[in-house]
Amino acid sequence: MIEAVRPGDWLILGLGALLAGWLFWWNWQQPAATRVRVYSNGRIYAEIDLAAHRRLDVPGPLGITRVEIDRGRARVAADPGPRQYCVQSGWLARAGESAICLPNHTAIALVGRTDAYDALGY
Amino acid sequence: MHSATEPPPIDAADRRIAGYAAIAIALSVMEAAIPTPVPGIKPGLANIVVLLVLWRHGWAEAAWVALLRIFGASLALGGLFSPGFALSVAGGLASLGMLVLARHLPRRWFGPVGISVLAAFAHIAGQLLLARWWLIPHEGLWRLAPLFAVAALLFGLVNGLIVARLLKKESP
Repeated sequence: MIEAVRPGDWLILGLGALLAGWLFWWNWQQPAATRVRVYSNGRIYAEIDLAAHRRLDVPGPLGITRVEIDRGRARVAADPGPRQYCVQSGWLARAGESAICLPNHTAIALVGRTDAYDALGY
Repeated sequence: MHSATEPPPIDAADRRIAGYAAIAIALSVMEAAIPTPVPGIKPGLANIVVLLVLWRHGWAEAAWVALLRIFGASLALGGLFSPGFALSVAGGLASLGMLVLARHLPRRWFGPVGISVLAAFAHIAGQLLLARWWLIPHEGLWRLAPLFAVAALLFGLVNGLIVARLLKKESP
């Protein structure tokens, strides 16, 4: 005797629906980022298309902050700061996300078609 | 190894696998004719056959049917060893991997519907990962994930119900 949908199946269906819902929410909570702004000493050092695939060395008071842009995402790959908060932020992919290396006065911020905030200051 | 003139004998399992694979290939070719709004979203009717074989004859034969189906359908439709074929293989292997794990689930609680949905999700996950790392290395690809997830849920459910129905017919 085979029941068409067993209790575990309902569980899987429920989890699947949750996953799909979460993916929709995750996708549309933030607009996709299109550009990455690189800051050094409070000024915009560079603004690069996020679709690029390149590395950028940004100078600061402590040394070089290395920024990596990889086709739709960006991160701080290396920083001379002591606590490495910006490196630990990992890959950023959505508009409004940022990684700030305070000791070295450098930062990256992702922007979409409209800005999520007015300015980034120290 | 036998001598070169004497191939190993063909047993009942071989014939069975060939028959099921033929049905699966026919379903794949049929559904290729169905237009879809988003490329890559297909009902995956051939998975009905794979699940049926899994239930009736175990995991090894299901894997044979799934892989033969991928090769056979690519031969019939064209595009063997194309990127689309690689995606098909990635999805097929991912869902086979899921079937290997899922066969340990107790049958009392988990039927074909649940297994079908799990396999469908594994299928899209395998395809998306390969596409992301190889074909379209861009983060924007994840934006397709919700659509694929809904399709996996829907078609996994429908295929699973069809399998449950077919199994019910043979064991009243």
